[in-house]
Amino acid sequence: MRVMDKLAGGMSAFLGMAFTTAHADYALNMREGVTATSQSVYDLHMIIFWVCCVIGVVVFGAMIYSIIYHRKSKGAVAAQFHESTTMEILWTVVPIVILVSMAIPATSTLLAMEDTSNADMTIKVTGIQWKWKYDYVDGDAAGVSFISSLHPKHNEARLLGSGADVTQFGDEYLLDVDNPLVIPTGKKVRFLLTAADVIHAWWVPDLGWKKDAIPGFVNEAWTQVDQPGTYRGQCAELCGKDHGFMPIVVVAMAEDDYRNWVAEQKAAVVAASASADREWTKDELMAKGEQVYATNCAACHQANGQGLPPAFPAIAGSAIATGDAATHIDRVMNGKPGTAMAAYRDILSDADLAAVLTYQRNAWGNAASVVQPAAVQAAR
Amino acid sequence: MSTATATHDDHHDHGPAKGLMRWVTTTNHKDIGTLYLLFALVMFFIGGAMAMVIRAELFQPGLQVVDPQFFNSMTTVHALVMIFGAVMPAFTGLANWLVPMMIGAPDMALPRLNNFSFWILPFAFSLLLSTFFMAGGGPAGGWTLYPPLSLQMGDGFPFLIFAIHLAGISSIMGSINIVVTILNMRAPGMTLMKMPLFVWTWLITAYLLIATMPVLAGAVTMLLTDKFAGTSFFSAAGGGDPVMFQHIFWFFGHPEVYILILPAFGIVSAIIPTFARKPLFGYSSMVYATASIAFLSFIVWAHHMFTVGMPVVGELFFMYATMMIAVPTGVKVFNWVSTMWKGAMTFETPMLFAVGFIIMFTIGGFSGLMLAIAPADFQYHDTYFVVAHFHYVLVTGAIYSIMAATYYWLPKWTGNMYDEKLGKLHFWISTVSVNVLFFPQHFLGLAGMPRRIPDYSVQFTDWNVISSVGGFVFGVSQLMFAWIVFKTIRGGEKATDQVWEGAHGLEWTLPSPPPYHSFTDAPEVK
Repeated sequence: MRVMDKLAGGMSAFLGMAFTTAHADYALNMREGVTATSQSVYDLHMIIFWVCCVIGVVVFGAMIYSIIYHRKSKGAVAAQFHESTTMEILWTVVPIVILVSMAIPATSTLLAMEDTSNADMTIKVTGIQWKWKYDYVDGDAAGVSFISSLHPKHNEARLLGSGADVTQFGDEYLLDVDNPLVIPTGKKVRFLLTAADVIHAWWVPDLGWKKDAIPGFVNEAWTQVDQPGTYRGQCAELCGKDHGFMPIVVVAMAEDDYRNWVAEQKAAVVAASASADREWTKDELMAKGEQVYATNCAACHQANGQGLPPAFPAIAGSAIATGDAATHIDRVMNGKPGTAMAAYRDILSDADLAAVLTYQRNAWGNAASVVQPAAVQAAR
Repeated sequence: MSTATATHDDHHDHGPAKGLMRWVTTTNHKDIGTLYLLFALVMFFIGGAMAMVIRAELFQPGLQVVDPQFFNSMTTVHALVMIFGAVMPAFTGLANWLVPMMIGAPDMALPRLNNFSFWILPFAFSLLLSTFFMAGGGPAGGWTLYPPLSLQMGDGFPFLIFAIHLAGISSIMGSINIVVTILNMRAPGMTLMKMPLFVWTWLITAYLLIATMPVLAGAVTMLLTDKFAGTSFFSAAGGGDPVMFQHIFWFFGHPEVYILILPAFGIVSAIIPTFARKPLFGYSSMVYATASIAFLSFIVWAHHMFTVGMPVVGELFFMYATMMIAVPTGVKVFNWVSTMWKGAMTFETPMLFAVGFIIMFTIGGFSGLMLAIAPADFQYHDTYFVVAHFHYVLVTGAIYSIMAATYYWLPKWTGNMYDEKLGKLHFWISTVSVNVLFFPQHFLGLAGMPRRIPDYSVQFTDWNVISSVGGFVFGVSQLMFAWIVFKTIRGGEKATDQVWEGAHGLEWTLPSPPPYHSFTDAPEVK
């Protein structure tokens, strides 16, 4: 008995601990979201849910009644009927009628969701293990392009054995990025989705849909957000080791704010191309390289360069990172087919590539040559 | 062989050979059935241990137990082991034990093939599990093996593919054996429409297996050549299409879903009438519903792929076809409830599991209907809502039916009654904990938690804690099942031939335990 008491005490202490560290957030239902699409999806979800509930009440009700009253211990004597054509026709036809009446609103919602025509602007979304790349294809922001990865603070905290209290990040934990996707409110935004390596899926629940991003193919989807705000989601198709760590953040901005944001981005594009044309010092490259390494390489090769062999080899002391610069540039720019090593040619700029190559060649005891942006440019 | 026949010509019931070699060389349907069932039980615990790792990691946000790559291999291998190692062999084991006894045959039609199809399995799964010790670790791209991700696997990749080939060959051979047995070895008077529903559902399941296993074999072979022979079936860079793999895979995969549930329908259709002491309602509509489900299973595959970007006409077709499955499935549920209606029911352990099956399988069916609605699926797809859905149909569906079958026929197989008190306790602990485990996963999915992630945002913590606690209790309580089975094999109150008051069918006319060769003289079926 005393053992049981102890066990029960231990159990409740254990559960208590588990619950107090968490937010009281027992969400039950689908999010209604912030678009007309998400609203009609929510409505469909509720209709089919209530249809299931009604059928459930009838079927389980009959069953429970039978379980209570038609039991041998209550003196029930078994009837011997074993068919009824009327009943069997009835319970074939009634479900068909329910299904047809369900299919009608589902069809019209689906047709609306798949209609990407008459969009105001287009954004290309590329899934990359394990980050997203956004290219603004047309409109004011045409030419703006950036990578969006898990926020560096979360990226540190989420490592096995980090010892970090992740609850400090609250509901944004793993759902925050360094560079969010920014869209204007009140505009129909068309997305073109593709991927660089494996299949990913782009999903923001508040927009009401997800769509696969498939290497070599382009999928279409659209949204129109009228309410300014920040909407969070993440990759929904298993895409390898860090599938759980490639969030999506969409910031919907009113027209003016959006225009300011576009102007800032364009200025940054000009600054980046200027920086690629000059000679960098080793210290500059090392400082920049450390940042680029943390967001792009550390997930597999680890912050200390030791990797996770055998799947993800060490860079510290590796033959490639300490050898000929051309081989190293080729590996990072073109990846290694058949492995998780992606091609960074189109993901990183010349300056970023030069910086991260230099960092890899000179960190953790490695001592090899410096790579300048011009060398990367020449290798393209 | 002729000498063996000569020395055994006297037809008295000789027992099996003694020792380990009995099990290696056996061609007896009961021995092979036992081997299949024990193998399935071992795999159930191996796959279950992996589920425990998953639930332990998801108990709290942040990574505490395993790294993400290993987590992914846990979800992947958990599924492969449970589907191909636990549920399918368990059903084949039940078919081996029961089909000959139910149709009045002495044994299976092809006994040596039977031995071979079982003994492939331990090798298949040794290969699969050995990949954990190879460079790059176990498969971690999901049990669906979608390329290009699955092609990123390390040295274990060909072992994974070969394991799937072997398991598939085993299934095809087992299925051929079941079809041949059912079509050729029925007792005089046992017409097709007099066969017990378990035999009917297995006949249809066997055809599904024969039709779809080669499709899977083809798909994984193409993966193998993409990886090692420079083909690019599934690589856009070489003119292929990664989505084509998904079409081929799910052309196998959706019938596979019914392979995992049709025999369960047969089991429940045997148990409910026994304990309601009333004939099965709508026998022929049950047969036709089973056949309809099997047919529909071939034309709904792309509902697993609503988000890959199909033409809208394709999405509509697969949505409508999928919704249609609710009709024959509904017929089955209505028939079971009508069988219970005005019966004289008692609730021994098999009946509890069968009733639990009907209720919880129907809950899984409801979420399936919701998932069929393509626009809503754009939200549900690849979330914990889907995880909840398929665990309701597979754990409280397929696995509950296997447990119901074990409790129901174990006294017949062993001649001993199982411990009724322990059996009921096992049912109640399992049923409470399995709902604590899986029901909150509906909420997690709707709130936006994707499946196959090792770590999650803090807002998903509460339901994950509850789900994990349910998971641990459910996992541990299955040890009770192993203990009850073990205890019953060792001894217990002697079972009568009929075992259950309301039991009908040829297997109950045999002694408990039945003779080594079931019916050496064919019974007459009126």
